[in-house]
Amino acid sequence: MNSPDDFGFEDDAALLKRTARRLLETRASTDALHRLVAGRVDATRECLWDQALWAELVALGWTAIAVPESADGFGMGLPAICGLIEEVGRAALPSPLVATLCATYVLRACDSPAAEALLRRVAEGAAVSLAGTDARGSWEHEDTDVTATSSGGAGSNGQVTLDGVACYVQDAQKAEVFLVKARAPAGVGLYVVDARAPGVTVHPDAILDLTRDQARVELRGVTLPADASVAAAPPDGPRALRAAEPAMLAILAADMVGAAEWQLQTTAEYARTRVQFDRPLGFFQAVKHPLVDMMMKIDEARSLVYDAACSFEHEPAHAELRARMAKSSASDAAAYCSSRSVQLHGGIGFTWECFVHLYFKRQKHNEVLLGDGAYQRAKLADALIGPIGGTRACA
Amino acid sequence: MDGNTHLLEASADAGESPEQAAFRARCRAWLATNIPAKPAFALPLGPIEISSAQQLEHLRAWQRAAYEAGLVGCDYPEAYGGGGRRSCQRVANEELQAAGAPFFPNIVGLGMAGPTIFHHGTEAQKRRYLPPLLSAAEIWCQGFSEPGAGSDLAGVQTFARRDGARWIISGHKVWTSLAQFADWMILLCRTSREHKYAGLSYFIIPIASAIGRGVTVRPLIKMTGGTGFNEVLIDELVVDDDMRLGEVGQGWAVAMTTLLHERGAGTLATPSAGGGIGGDEEDALGASGLPALARASVRAGRPAADDPVMRDKIVQLLIRERALQQTRRRAQHPALCDHPQRLPLQHKLLISELLQDAARVACELGGMASTLHRADPNAPAGGRWPLAYMNSYGFTIAAGTSEVQRNILGERVLGLAKSK
Ligand SMILES: Cc1cc2nc3c(=O)[nH]c(=O)nc-3n(C[C@H](O)[C@H](O)[C@H](O)COP(=O)(O)OP(=O)(O)OC[C@H]3O[C@@H](n4cnc5c(N)ncnc54)[C@H](O)[C@@H]3O)c2cc1C
Repeated sequence: MNSPDDFGFEDDAALLKRTARRLLETRASTDALHRLVAGRVDATRECLWDQALWAELVALGWTAIAVPESADGFGMGLPAICGLIEEVGRAALPSPLVATLCATYVLRACDSPAAEALLRRVAEGAAVSLAGTDARGSWEHEDTDVTATSSGGAGSNGQVTLDGVACYVQDAQKAEVFLVKARAPAGVGLYVVDARAPGVTVHPDAILDLTRDQARVELRGVTLPADASVAAAPPDGPRALRAAEPAMLAILAADMVGAAEWQLQTTAEYARTRVQFDRPLGFFQAVKHPLVDMMMKIDEARSLVYDAACSFEHEPAHAELRARMAKSSASDAAAYCSSRSVQLHGGIGFTWECFVHLYFKRQKHNEVLLGDGAYQRAKLADALIGPIGGTRACA
Repeated sequence: MDGNTHLLEASADAGESPEQAAFRARCRAWLATNIPAKPAFALPLGPIEISSAQQLEHLRAWQRAAYEAGLVGCDYPEAYGGGGRRSCQRVANEELQAAGAPFFPNIVGLGMAGPTIFHHGTEAQKRRYLPPLLSAAEIWCQGFSEPGAGSDLAGVQTFARRDGARWIISGHKVWTSLAQFADWMILLCRTSREHKYAGLSYFIIPIASAIGRGVTVRPLIKMTGGTGFNEVLIDELVVDDDMRLGEVGQGWAVAMTTLLHERGAGTLATPSAGGGIGGDEEDALGASGLPALARASVRAGRPAADDPVMRDKIVQLLIRERALQQTRRRAQHPALCDHPQRLPLQHKLLISELLQDAARVACELGGMASTLHRADPNAPAGGRWPLAYMNSYGFTIAAGTSEVQRNILGERVLGLAKSK
């Protein structure tokens, strides 16, 4: 009920968003992006990004924004963070920012010295990525192919050994630290693992999206001191992931909304200038109306992103549902905008040289992260309609 | 237009002022005890479905009571019968909605004629027409569309010929909602055949009092079988020059004010017909009732709520419904809007298409039983959903079709070339 009318998107949030827009327009233009990541067509396993720019963004505090003040961060609200990520999506920026912010929310939901210490490192610029998805690509928090074995007794002087493979790890080549989901006898926990720790091998996937990297992270006998590495002791891992899930979904949705807005504006500009049959393309309603539909789908998703972000801060009981709505809406908007952005550019839209494919591929990737639209809606249906079979049980 | 400034602020001001907070409490208290009991007869689904004098009088009494309690016309100046408040109609509308109050019958008056008269009328016109409009003592209708001019509204051919200090008007209006009950009509017509747009003028003309002396109202039957809209034949109707709204030749600009408010994007959108849907049950339309409907419905012999495809469709609609509310909320905050008209101009499309799709899915949930007409005692939910589905096309056609709305959005917001 005390949810603010303005979504808690206040002046500092608007300033951050404006600053990010200006900075990325000059330092990370689409031209520059294309030169950076699309120089070769066979670079599907490479990690191409502007590390100098990243150092500047870190210096500006972009990794610290979601870290609580108690761990030397700025502790800004999720609406402000979604505003920033919209701009990151609009620029299709290759960076570990989204992965790190997602991990930040998971760490915030953990209550341990290891999590606290990693939050401090994040505030100083450490890039972190969650590593826990199993080989089947499950979106469920309980699933993992990594096992954790404790030795040397419980407590602070014990050790933990991780074995297994985490798949589909986002921006793994950019991350300094992995937050690994692993199964111990007591349940699933979360572990802080340095990307360069002995026994850790990063095997890059060949992926479609040129604006990020993804890998399988193999852990073989990775042995760590328990006090420094147990962020969430088993069986507390899934709880922390669930607590952070609304924020992670809202962040991914914000990235897609920002990218979709680029797709809309770029395609609308083309429709204003390209002439066929003696008219600008936008004169024709078979072009005009899909452009309007792109806009309306974006606006639907965007409203839901800020709804979810505001709920996360002010009405946590509703945050999960609203974040799933935002992710479903944004995934569908991303799919539609991607489709129309290529189609309405005609032949040029089908080429490597035209920029639209960069966004098309980033959107396709984001659509499935943490669950696509259909998956979110199945979860929502269980909550809003009741589980399948529930009606019969009552009747 | 100095008197208008506080009304212009109405949509921009999101925080609650002390006046608004006190007013909200007043509305809530009044609504707690003053919503009329359901009558023995069935109420229509919406104002333009009113089909009998009995229904009209019931709803008219309700609007008058709400007006006298200060919930209607809150932000209009007292001199014109309003409440003289600032940005309070939005509050009243929210409270009316939350209380599930019936709708107001004078929808064309509140939503279109009122704002148009307020913005373009003379002092005398405002004092004469606004108070009985707000109280529903006088019912209004809108005479824009003609057989040859619908989407291309500026093509109207109804003609007003000047005759000294009077005008003599002849023409043919169609799809005129509420004309069968109306005292007055806002009329868009032609005063010159030379210019398409600059040849238009805008009048107020009498309906009820002119039947048989220049005005004929003939009911048209809708696809639902019900009445609601009409054709209005105007034959040498004589009106005085003080019935003209705005300058001669300025009718298009005046009509734009009407259309802006009709489509929910006008600055005076708030003092319009607020209130709940008012049918027999809550959630008569829209998506929020679909989960319960799915649990209660049988499709192909199994609970509709267990069908994964139906579940997905319902959730898609619930998402759109939530987004609609949140888009309204976001539209109040310029920091989260790229273009000032981008969200307001989507409003009518979003609502009308959501209602249509929700009604369609509601019918699907009923399986075979969705074939039953409301006249059949076995029709699920009294046959409301097939009726609502048919009626929904009224919303996607009236007030600028969905196609025309998309043209407007593409042209005004995305800067695309005009489709004409
Ligand atoms: C329930 C209901 C109540 C109404 N009440 C009133 C009322 O009280 N007063 C009043 O004046 N009018 C009223 N109308 C009329 C309404 O405003 C018109 O029906 C509407 O503007 C469309 O005009 P038309 O019927 O002539 O259709 P047309 O303009 O002939 O359109 C036919 C089809 O062509 C499409 N089309 C037309 N032009 C274009 C274009 N440029 N680009 C793309 N597609 C196009 C339309 O979208 C539509 O699908 C009402 C209509 C309904 C259904």
